[in-house]
Amino acid sequence: MVDKKTGTSKKAQDSAAAPAADETKVRLEDQSENIATDATDTNVPPNEQEAYDSGDANVNPELKDEQEAVANVPEEYAAPEADTEPPSEDKADTSVPPESQISDEIPTEPTAASQDAREDLGTEEVRLLQVSILRYNPADPESVPHMQTYQVSEAASMTLYMLLNELRDTQDPTLQFDFVCRAGICGSCAMLVNGKPSLACRTLTRDLPTHFTLAPLPGFELIGDLSVNTGKWMRGMSERIQTWCHLEGEKIDDCKIEKPMDPTLAEDIYLLDRCIECGICVAACGNWRMRPDFVGAVAINKIARFRLDPRDKRNDADYYEVMGTESGVFGCMSLLACHDFCPKDLPLKTQIAFIRRKMAQQGISGKQKRTLHRVVPLRQLKLV
Amino acid sequence: MKVIYTDVLVIGAGLAGQRLAVGAKARGHDSIILSLVPPKRSHSKAAQGGMQASLANVIKGVGDNEDIHFADTVKGSDWGCDQEVARMFVYTSPKAVRELAAWGVPWSRITPGDRQVVINGEKVTITEREAAAGLIGQRDFGGTKKWRTCFVSDGTGHAMLNAVSDRVIQLGIPVHERVEAIALIHDGARCYGAVVRDLITGELIGYVAKATAICTGGAGKIYHVSTNAQICEGIGAAIAMETGIATLGNMEAIQFHPTGIFPAGILVTEGCRGDGGLLRDVDGHRFMPDVEPEKKELASRDVVSRRMEERIAQGKGVHSRFGEHLWLDITLLGEHHIKHNLREVYEICHYFLGVDPTKDWIPVRPAQHYTMGGVRTNPNGESQNLKGLFAAGEAACWDMHGFNRLGGNSVAETVVAGKIIGETIADFCDKPENAIDIPTKVVYDFIKREQDMLDSFAKNSGTENMAEIRTKMQDIMSKKVGIFRNGDTLKQAVDELEDLYKRSFNVSVKNQPGANPELTYAYRTQKMLRVALAVALGALQRTESRGAHYRVDYPVRNDKDWCCRTLATWKNESDTLPTLTYQQLDISKMELPPGWRGYGAKNHIDNPETPIRQKEVDDIRNKMEAEGKDRFAIQNALMPYLQLLPEDLRGKNERIDEPLS
Repeated sequence: MVDKKTGTSKKAQDSAAAPAADETKVRLEDQSENIATDATDTNVPPNEQEAYDSGDANVNPELKDEQEAVANVPEEYAAPEADTEPPSEDKADTSVPPESQISDEIPTEPTAASQDAREDLGTEEVRLLQVSILRYNPADPESVPHMQTYQVSEAASMTLYMLLNELRDTQDPTLQFDFVCRAGICGSCAMLVNGKPSLACRTLTRDLPTHFTLAPLPGFELIGDLSVNTGKWMRGMSERIQTWCHLEGEKIDDCKIEKPMDPTLAEDIYLLDRCIECGICVAACGNWRMRPDFVGAVAINKIARFRLDPRDKRNDADYYEVMGTESGVFGCMSLLACHDFCPKDLPLKTQIAFIRRKMAQQGISGKQKRTLHRVVPLRQLKLV
Repeated sequence: MKVIYTDVLVIGAGLAGQRLAVGAKARGHDSIILSLVPPKRSHSKAAQGGMQASLANVIKGVGDNEDIHFADTVKGSDWGCDQEVARMFVYTSPKAVRELAAWGVPWSRITPGDRQVVINGEKVTITEREAAAGLIGQRDFGGTKKWRTCFVSDGTGHAMLNAVSDRVIQLGIPVHERVEAIALIHDGARCYGAVVRDLITGELIGYVAKATAICTGGAGKIYHVSTNAQICEGIGAAIAMETGIATLGNMEAIQFHPTGIFPAGILVTEGCRGDGGLLRDVDGHRFMPDVEPEKKELASRDVVSRRMEERIAQGKGVHSRFGEHLWLDITLLGEHHIKHNLREVYEICHYFLGVDPTKDWIPVRPAQHYTMGGVRTNPNGESQNLKGLFAAGEAACWDMHGFNRLGGNSVAETVVAGKIIGETIADFCDKPENAIDIPTKVVYDFIKREQDMLDSFAKNSGTENMAEIRTKMQDIMSKKVGIFRNGDTLKQAVDELEDLYKRSFNVSVKNQPGANPELTYAYRTQKMLRVALAVALGALQRTESRGAHYRVDYPVRNDKDWCCRTLATWKNESDTLPTLTYQQLDISKMELPPGWRGYGAKNHIDNPETPIRQKEVDDIRNKMEAEGKDRFAIQNALMPYLQLLPEDLRGKNERIDEPLS
């Protein structure tokens, strides 16, 4: 059970589990701050990763301090959340248990408009939403990109999934958009909601102002209106950085009992494996706008995931082949909008910093030799 | 006109389709996968709770094996399944889990020593064995005797889909994304591929293949409230039925999941109850022990869903603006457990309900969840009527679920069926007699026929509105072909659906370059109506209650008259109803003759053959046990099935307590 990646002390495992639980809390508070504040943190080695890698138990006092600092964020920073009432009250008669059970600690995405929205619904007035959608059909030579505004009356607990389907059913059957799971787990419906990349299916209209805009994710090939071809891009990325477990020998005897794995390690791998390839980290990336061959946080996170996985036989020299260039991890300028907007709250900030550090070490010392027989393709992504 | 040639054409890129393609490609047959969406967004992803495989690693799973998994599956199916297929499945499932473990799925693993769990509302300490340290863990699920469900937190399908999709990428199998198969190409006896519409350009393309596999999942969207994804519209089933040759089996067998969140119908996993969650009514009373003293919240899904609806009908539902619901209480599991093992549940409650499930109860009500029926196939996955057509996963009626599927058996079926049928489809392609010889003209004719069908919407001057027709269909299905069914309303449902079907030919769609979502919506709705009619007509004609199919006017299971499978096909293009026929199940060959399930009502009508076969089975078992024969030999004497499995998959499964000799 102990090998290059799992061979850590009990202590290290404990420290790995603890920050994960705090992650959500920290992230929520991050959101009300600006990106620059976060950016200063990025070179701090992530404690869980570092512990796995070197077994070095005292690497992360800075990170610990930093987390405490964020957790103890001054009142004025935390204010927007504190003032925002829990969404449960709006829906008291729809879905919330008896009053005694209503919690006032339910976190909510703070937006400037949520206050207005609540007041509107609170007085039982139905808002007439003005939804401006960027329309364009590239297949139609006559089509010109333009904003088109629709009016929809708001319903209780209305999500953008409900709103767009209602629009298509009742007002404009030509509207193009993508939804699959409508439960926030498949990543199909990422779009710009009032300029911010979000999963539309789980965006509640009550958190938006009366007039808001919807636009497709930038950068990806446009299929039409709000529909973009993220799938094609993701397949290209996966081929380029080889997002699969490189097994030692392809033949598996699946009659035999499986190889044991450390339960904490399995959970840590799953935490990074939760990526839904929605494209938000890529669309939000300032660097990617300037350097279209940049792999994006999605790819860096995947390398972090496979690097953690003892079943993947690649070593740092192999990872360096796909990550060690300016279109790989060294291209990241730590703007970190990826981290801020990731709908799955993946720890992208720490993963990027960690992989960059490991790749830098490999690049400087060259201490490991490549194990892959095949040369890793470093071809550029074709965007459009 | 564009035509693409390949060996194996896989329609659908969920777990079943992708695993099947991996198998075929590994045997040297070129495969192309067609998908409506990027493959990692397929609905397999939504499987949260886990996959059943009798690994017997956890202490509560000790003693588990294929025999017990088999009995659970057959009882769960209310004796509607094909027992040979159920055997093939339970024998291969442990292999499929272990294969995925090697491919990189981060299965939740066992920590040896004491741990606290919730069983029957009580906190209990159990001790995991040292020998199981780091092996794949199992949790409890409904309708099972042992803890058997292997899981990755509550994102099992997600993690499995990642690993299998990555395998597809590694093998360089092309996935043609954002395309839709809208018709099968065939000559009345042999399937040659499909006519496929590009959902970006709107162009029609012919795909010609030696073998075509339908792996398109379920048809949940014919219902108003469903846990299914937007893309689960049953189009794969429809195009098989539209050949007039291939049949759909048991379409009336529709599962309702007890815990869809209310009112959106988004699924929260059975793992909530498996891990100790409770169902409560408006008074906060835990009512399941009153009605199902044996299995309580963990009876099979059909039983729990009915008990919940009964509770609501008794006036014990919670009233809300959108109707009535009940509560799912997982607060007793504790914050740590919920945030680690039920993470997606936590997120869904947080984002869609504004509820914190560590503190608050979750509003739930049964919602359409699974299509047990599908393209009827033999144990090797091939259609019984149309050569060269295969099906796997939820889209197929293979038939291991019969009239009710156990939780954790569907995501298991996807990879097991993919693993088995990947081999049988490769065997099929290997044989020289299965080579194809199809004139291009046949392909062109099919493409033209489909183009004409699409054009007919543009040429139509009718005034019907497709959105209205679809909404009405979903409404009829939810209200009249739901959990409780009866003859009168089913008759109304069939008539109303038939009327909607006729009206769907008077819908006019604007011609528009490119994807034209309005056109996509229109032809899909028409196909969905055909599937809905197969469900409703099947339900009307089956005058008994079996598994998830519950007739208020015929409330007992009737093995005497209904120990059979419903088969539906759409004989002529001009028909407005499917043609139904029936296929008998052979009780004299069953390893487990029909009996009581161990939960739910104990009141079925026996088939005269049942006692005869039961005596035969008992005699063989007693005799062989007396002779000291092992469980494999006894099983083989009762119902041999290993010959149906590909040779590579016939090895025995190793367990801690059952080492390989």
